[in-house]
Amino acid sequence: MSPVTRRQFLVGGAAVGAGLVVAFYLPRKRETPGRQNDFAPNAYLHIAPDGKVTVVVARSEMGQGVRTALPMMLAEELDADWQNVAIQQAGASTLFGDQTTGGSASVRTTWDPMRQAGAAARAMLVAAAAKRWGVSAADCTTDKGFVIHSASNRRVGYGELVEDASKLPVPKEPKLKDPSQFKLIGKPTARLDTPSKANGTAEFGIDFRVAGMKYAFLSRCPVIGGKVASFDDSETRKVAGVTNVEKVGGSAVAVVGDSVFAALQGRKALKVAWDDGPNKLLNTDAVFEVLRKAGGDKGVSLQSAGDIGSAKGRRIAAEYELPMLAHAPMEPENTFAHFLGSSCEIWTPSQVPQDVRDSVAAAVGLKPQNVRVNLTLLGGGFGRRLEHDYAVEAALVSKAINAPVKVMWTREDDMRFSVYRPPSVHQVSAVINESGMPVAYTHRLISPSIAEQKGMPVDAGIDPDLKDEAAFLYPIPNLSNEYVSPPCAVPLGWLRSVYAMQVAFANESFLDELAHAAGTDALQYRLRLLAEDKEIQYFDTRWQTARLRGVLQLVAEKSGWDRPLPAGRFRGIAAHGCFGTYAAEVVEITIQDDEPRVERVVVAVDCGQVINPNILEQQLHSAVIFGLSAALRGQITIEHGQIQQVNFDSYPILRNNEVPVIEGYFVESREAPTGIGEPPVPPLAPALCNAIYAATEKRIRKLPILNG
Amino acid sequence: MAEYTLRINGTERKVNVAPDTPLLWVIRDTLELTGTKYGCGAGICGACTIHLDGEATRSCITKVSMVADKAITTIEGLSQNGANFVQPAWIAEDVSQCGYCQSGQIMQATAFLAKTPHPTEQEIIEAMNGNLCRCGTYHRIRRAVARAAASSGGAR
Repeated sequence: MSPVTRRQFLVGGAAVGAGLVVAFYLPRKRETPGRQNDFAPNAYLHIAPDGKVTVVVARSEMGQGVRTALPMMLAEELDADWQNVAIQQAGASTLFGDQTTGGSASVRTTWDPMRQAGAAARAMLVAAAAKRWGVSAADCTTDKGFVIHSASNRRVGYGELVEDASKLPVPKEPKLKDPSQFKLIGKPTARLDTPSKANGTAEFGIDFRVAGMKYAFLSRCPVIGGKVASFDDSETRKVAGVTNVEKVGGSAVAVVGDSVFAALQGRKALKVAWDDGPNKLLNTDAVFEVLRKAGGDKGVSLQSAGDIGSAKGRRIAAEYELPMLAHAPMEPENTFAHFLGSSCEIWTPSQVPQDVRDSVAAAVGLKPQNVRVNLTLLGGGFGRRLEHDYAVEAALVSKAINAPVKVMWTREDDMRFSVYRPPSVHQVSAVINESGMPVAYTHRLISPSIAEQKGMPVDAGIDPDLKDEAAFLYPIPNLSNEYVSPPCAVPLGWLRSVYAMQVAFANESFLDELAHAAGTDALQYRLRLLAEDKEIQYFDTRWQTARLRGVLQLVAEKSGWDRPLPAGRFRGIAAHGCFGTYAAEVVEITIQDDEPRVERVVVAVDCGQVINPNILEQQLHSAVIFGLSAALRGQITIEHGQIQQVNFDSYPILRNNEVPVIEGYFVESREAPTGIGEPPVPPLAPALCNAIYAATEKRIRKLPILNG
Repeated sequence: MAEYTLRINGTERKVNVAPDTPLLWVIRDTLELTGTKYGCGAGICGACTIHLDGEATRSCITKVSMVADKAITTIEGLSQNGANFVQPAWIAEDVSQCGYCQSGQIMQATAFLAKTPHPTEQEIIEAMNGNLCRCGTYHRIRRAVARAAASSGGAR
C-alpha cells in the first residue's frame, strides 16, 4: 500500500484508467491546477470495471474500527454491495484535510464527506444507467451494487457503468438518504480487518520490513530531560551484528544492528555518561507540590453562571487527586525510515501522519512534500501515537547511517521514556440549601496544560482539549468551573479521554458526596438537578440536559437501579459528557479480602446515530476495561527524576480474570454521530468509587484505588 | 553464532544466530514470520506465544538454543492441514480490536483446548489469564474459546 493521492489514482493502478473515481466536497486547494480530468482533489472512492469498490480511509486504524465504520458510511449512500467493498489506507496527504486520529472524531468528522462521496457516485451511476436505457433517472433505484429499472425489469452492475459515469459531472450537493432508508448504517457488521488479525497477516509497524533493513534501539537518559555527556561504544562494537553507533540529537545514542537482538545486545553493552540536568532530584511529591502551590492561583474561567459568592447555605468542600498515567499500547513504538538524500520514506503506526511528515522533513532538512509517510496498522494507540518522537528518531538514524532502518522501542522504553497523562488536583465545593441541593458549585481543575508544554497555541490560557472534555452539565444557578495550569517537569501527552477522565472523577465523586449529605439516592439527586430541559453552550458544543438525563435513566433501567441488590453487593453511578457524547455507568462491586471486586458494569451512551453496533460494543468494553485498569492500579511515579514503572509487572493492566460482566446500551438516535472511543472511559472511576463508598463509607479522593 | 535446524510449521529451517537469541526474534527477524508479536520481552503479556511440541510457550523468554529438538508452531502454521478450529471462532466472534495481541491469544487458546476440549468458563478464564489485551477484548476472547470448543465437538 502507498499513500493515496489523486495522481496515483490516475496513473498508479491497472484498472484505474477505466475506473470511476469520485471526489466530493469542493477542493479547498487545487493540487494540480488545470488537469482536465480531475473531478476534484479529494478522492475517497474508486470503483473498478469489475465492480470492486475501494474506499480510502484517511484515518488510522488502532482498534477502534475506522477501517470498517468509515467505509460503511460511504457504502450506505453508494448502495454498494458490502461484500464487495475493500479499503485502502491513506498515508499523509494534502487531500483529506486534517488526518489526525484522536478526540473520538473519526466518525463525526467524516460523517458528511463519506456519505456525500457515496451519494455523488450513486447519482452518477444512476444517471449513466438512465442515459443508456433512455429512461428517467428518477425511475431508477439502486441496491447492492446495481442500478435497477423496475418498470422494464432491467439491472446493470456498477462496474459496467464506470466508464460512462466517469464522463458525467460530479453533483455538488448529492441528495443523502433519510436515516429510515439505511440498510447498512446501524446494523451490527463484522469488521473488515478481523480475518487478517486472526491469522497473523495483519501488518503493524513492527512487521514492516525491506531487504537490507537495519534495526536500531536508542539509549536515553534515565533522568527526565537529561542529555548525553559522552559515551564509550568499545564493548558495543564487539557485539556481532552491530553496525553503527550514532548520537541522535543531544539526548540519545542509537545502536544499530543487522538484527533486533544484535542491536539490543549492543545497546546493553553501551556505556553512556549522562548529564542528568535539572530533574535529578525530581520525585512524585515534588510534581504534586507544584500543583498544590498553584491551588491559590487565579484560574481562567471555563464556565460560569450567577455569582458563587452570593449563595447562602451550608458549604461542603473536597479535594481530589489523580496520578500520571502511561498509555502502554501493546505494540511498542517503532517506525521504519529510509532517508534517500532528496526524499524520505516512512512506514509508521501513527495517529498523526501529517505531523510525522512535517517533523521528519524539518529534522532531516527536506521539504514536506518529499517525505512520504505510509501508515501501517497501529497496535493500540490511546493517544501515545499522537506523539511522533519515534518517527523523527527513525528518520534521523536513517540519515546518519545512510540505510533503511527500523527504530524500535522495548516495553521498558515505552514505560520510561514516554509522555504521561498530566497529574491533577481538583478543588471542588458546593453550597447546599435546606433540601440538600446545590445552589452554588465550584470546580477548580489544577493540572498542567499538555498543549502549553508542547508549545502549541493556547487561547486565553485554556488548553484546547478542555473545550471537548471539561463541561459541567448540571445546571446550578451559581457556577464556577475554573482552570489553573501550573508548569510540569514531566513530559505530558494526551491519554484516552484526556482531561475528561480527571474532571469527571472529581465532579461525579463530589455529586455522590452531596447526595449522601442530602440523604438522597445518587440517581435521584442527579435527575433532580437535570429535571428541566436546558441547553448548555460550552465552547463549540451545545449540550442538552435531556440527553444526559436520558443516559442516566437508561443505565438505571438496564442495571435495575430501583431493585435491591443481593447481600454483599454494592453499586455506584456516574455520568459525563465529552466529545459530544453522553455516557452513564453503574458499577456493582463486592468486597473480597478488604478489596473491591468489580462484578458488573452497565454502560449507557448517547452518541447520536450509531454506525456499527458491533464496534460500539467493542468500544464500550474497551473503555470500561481501560478505565478500570487506570482506576484500580494505574499510576506513574518518579524517584530521582526517573520513571519507576518499567513493564507490565510494575504497571499492571487488567487481566482476563478481573474483568466484570459488562453490559452496553445506546440511545436510539438520528442525531449526527459523535464520538465513542473515549466518552465511556470517564464515568468508570467515579462510579466505582461511589460503589466503594456505598460498601465501606470510605470516600476515595485519590487514585489509584489499590496502592501497591 | 551457531547454526540450528529448527522444525517450524512442518518444515525445517536452518538459522545461524547467537545461541542466546530469544526464539521470538529468530522467528520474526530471521524466519520473517511476523505474526508472532513482541509485547514485553519478559514473559508477562503473552503476545509472543507459540507452541513448542504443542505447549503454549512465551517465545520472548525462550532461547533458540533450547528448542532444537522441538516442533515449533506459530500463528502462520496453525491452520496447516486445516486442523485449526480456533481461528474461525475468533472471526465469528469478531474478537479483535487493534489485533496486536491476538496471535498470542489464539495460540494460547489452541494449546489449551487441545488438552481441555470441554472447558468450563472458569477454566477458560484461567487458561487465558496470562495473555494481556490493552484494548479489552477479554469477553469476546472467552466467547471465542467457548465457541471453538463447542464447534470442535466431533473433531477430536
